[in-house]
Amino acid sequence: MLTFLSRRLLASLLVLLAASYVVYILSANAGDPLDDLRTTTAKNKEELIQQRIALLHLDVPAPLRYFIWLGGVLKVFIGQFDLGKSRSGQNVTDMLASAVGVTVQLLITATLLAIIFGILIGITTALRQYSGYDYTVTTLSFLFFSLPSFFVAVILKQYVGIGFNNFLQAPGFPWWVILLAALIAGAVWQGILGGNARRRLITAAIAGGATAVVMTYVSLTVWFSNPSLGIAMLAVLGVGVAFLVTTLTSGLANRKSLYTGLTVVAIGLAVYYPFNLISDYLTIWSVIGLAVLTVAVGLLVGYLWGGTDRGVSARTGALTAFLVGFLIVVDRLMRSWNNYATSDIINGRPIGTVGSGTPNLSDVTTNFWIESVDSFTHLLLPTMSLVLISLAAYSRYSRASLLDVLNQDYIRTARAKGLNERTVIMRHAFRNALIPITTIVAFDFGGLVGGAIITEIIFAWSGMGKLFNDALRLVDVNPLMGFFLVTGSVAVLFNLLADLSYTALDPRIRVTV
Amino acid sequence: MTIPLSPQPPLNEGEGDADRDTLSDDTILKDPVGEKSENSIELKEIEGLSQGRIVIRRFFRHRGALISMIVLVAVIVVAFTSEGIDALGIKIPGWWKYNYDFIGSVVNGGHPTLSVVPEWLGGQGIRWGDHPFGQDEIGHDTFAQVMRGTQSSLMIVFVVGIVSTFIGVVVGAVSGFFRGAIDTILMRITDVFIIIPLLVLTAVLGRTYSHSGPFVLAIVLGLASWTGLARLVRGDVLGLREREFVDAARVAGASARRIMFVHILPNSIGVVIVNATLLMSATILTEAAIGFLGFGVKAPDVSLGKLIYDFETAFTVRPWLFWWPGVLIVIIALTINFIGDGLRDAFDPRQKRALNRAARLAKAEARAKARVAAATS
Repeated sequence: MLTFLSRRLLASLLVLLAASYVVYILSANAGDPLDDLRTTTAKNKEELIQQRIALLHLDVPAPLRYFIWLGGVLKVFIGQFDLGKSRSGQNVTDMLASAVGVTVQLLITATLLAIIFGILIGITTALRQYSGYDYTVTTLSFLFFSLPSFFVAVILKQYVGIGFNNFLQAPGFPWWVILLAALIAGAVWQGILGGNARRRLITAAIAGGATAVVMTYVSLTVWFSNPSLGIAMLAVLGVGVAFLVTTLTSGLANRKSLYTGLTVVAIGLAVYYPFNLISDYLTIWSVIGLAVLTVAVGLLVGYLWGGTDRGVSARTGALTAFLVGFLIVVDRLMRSWNNYATSDIINGRPIGTVGSGTPNLSDVTTNFWIESVDSFTHLLLPTMSLVLISLAAYSRYSRASLLDVLNQDYIRTARAKGLNERTVIMRHAFRNALIPITTIVAFDFGGLVGGAIITEIIFAWSGMGKLFNDALRLVDVNPLMGFFLVTGSVAVLFNLLADLSYTALDPRIRVTV
Repeated sequence: MTIPLSPQPPLNEGEGDADRDTLSDDTILKDPVGEKSENSIELKEIEGLSQGRIVIRRFFRHRGALISMIVLVAVIVVAFTSEGIDALGIKIPGWWKYNYDFIGSVVNGGHPTLSVVPEWLGGQGIRWGDHPFGQDEIGHDTFAQVMRGTQSSLMIVFVVGIVSTFIGVVVGAVSGFFRGAIDTILMRITDVFIIIPLLVLTAVLGRTYSHSGPFVLAIVLGLASWTGLARLVRGDVLGLREREFVDAARVAGASARRIMFVHILPNSIGVVIVNATLLMSATILTEAAIGFLGFGVKAPDVSLGKLIYDFETAFTVRPWLFWWPGVLIVIIALTINFIGDGLRDAFDPRQKRALNRAARLAKAEARAKARVAAATS
């Protein structure tokens, strides 16, 4: 294993080295880095040109200049990592540090959401293969797959961003919107749940009716101006979550598991008011700490309820606890919404289309919840546009993967043993279908730091994408190489991780040394 | 495919594995509906047809691919006839009255004159008008520009497809056929190019070569995007070279080149065609993306990506300047994707699609017959 690792790592490093040389030569020849100075009308033109030549070593031809750059990179072994300076004299390492932070902040939610929803959609379509639902989703995913990212981003900015802000001026739905939404909800749910005509009709009626009721309620109470869930709504949602999680993990027949879920919901409701009392004093770290605590409590409750299989109950408890905790946090965020949206600095148009946060917000408030809402409103549109596009690929991939697994002999064996459909799907099929998806996920996380060049530019986030675009526009080789070095090494690392996870998850695959 | 579970008594947990084994053996032995009878219908359908015919027939059965094919051909025909051809010194005028660089006076703020809502529905009637897609702020006709942009985008797509398919096939075939040192060297070179993100590589190349015109840009982009195909072809060739017919050819004294290009490659044509198609649909998006960044086709030429780059800021004032090129990019990418999907199904019968209705009925009938036969015997 160690030999495999070191060989792979060494080979990857050599490839990375060669690729960096290619990128260096290509980008150094991409244009004239003195372009702006040659046409300048400044009096000290010659002096400026000489200054830049000295700063960027432009007197050395590019194939050799690369080695000056490489020398700076190799200084990492003596603790002086140096990626050179940009045209304006900034240290590239500093530029990269801030850009990576922004990009990861932008992309991590989008990637996670795309993975979760992509797998969900892929699995439901695979289970309802060749149904109307499957065909609709397939066509839609082809459409999203073919959408250029800037097209989606600009349209979202115009219609969702500005449109939603306008909607908030008078947040209510006209009757035909409610009707349409109810019809769509009914159609979607009957497609997912399937069954015979009678069952489909009942599903559609329930889903459509529920949608209509919720929307009418939201519309009549002007919920969007001052949203919150409230303890009653949390109780309903929590019990729903408990039942859903139990159904998926152990089946409702396992009473101990169900009781675990319900107990966790009760605990969640009990800590609701205390949590809201202390919430103003929380920071991001204490919230993460509370999340860990919540999961631990869930595990403990499951362990105490025990039952035939303590592990299953504990898992139900942990999952339910996490989801209920999440709902409570969402409720707290919603309570900050009104303060945020009506504050002077936001002025009733909360959805941001520019940048990663409202400038000068920290002058007004340093409340964690308000700041979170601010990040949320700025993340919403870029995240949506990224999710829409990568969702298609994930859903196609997990659909194909699950279909592949469902045709295996061991699934037939599992069914022949008389296992119920839930166990076959969740325990035998789903887990194995996740193995190839893991590889894709690892690859995508590897590509994450590269940023979404186009999305970042449209929404004016100054992350890695913008750094690359600016560097290329100005033929500024050092930042461009910094960009490539970071993305390239992370990609190499995650490729290796993908291989390792594959061998770890699938015992049929062995590393060959 | 989910097999509907018929209600059956649950297995007694206490019973051992031996019992389960006999049970599954039994079901297989007694299964009256073997794979044989299902396959025979499909075999009958393609009896006596050549491989090419079978592929074409399967492709035309894929409705999405067929419609996409028609739409794409229509787009190509309209784009090239309306603006005519003006490349490589050949000049053929098109049927549309404005040229893409013609500057007229701005009529009605440049609003599109195209209307598809009939008068009795409160619209302006179905009409084409003088500037169906509208005009920009200095009076260019958007229809002419979009058609010209479509031409150069399509040209780029096809040139990239041809160039990268050629390089990818040659590199992959040589690498997979000779293995050993040649394989290692070629695959390490491929790795070097794969590790550079495609958008980064194409943007850098576009920054350098876009001044030399769209054709040069297309060739350069083709030189950058062959890597995925090379890997796939290599994998396919590695498998094919171990087959008996390759041994037979070698014994008969065929040269390495002949074995590679006459015996092996025709067998991996499916992989090549399908992936070349998908590569082309990715290329239209890549071209649009680097055009949007400003590293694509340069003035005076236009491409769909460049039009969007020029008019992004005009979206709130003149949305049609943005909509039309965007919609055409989506149409082209979507149709090529669907065609690629259809081709994949046609070349790879393991990925069976739902049969059409007639075939489904025939299958059910055969299944019933087999069941009766099994019962009576």
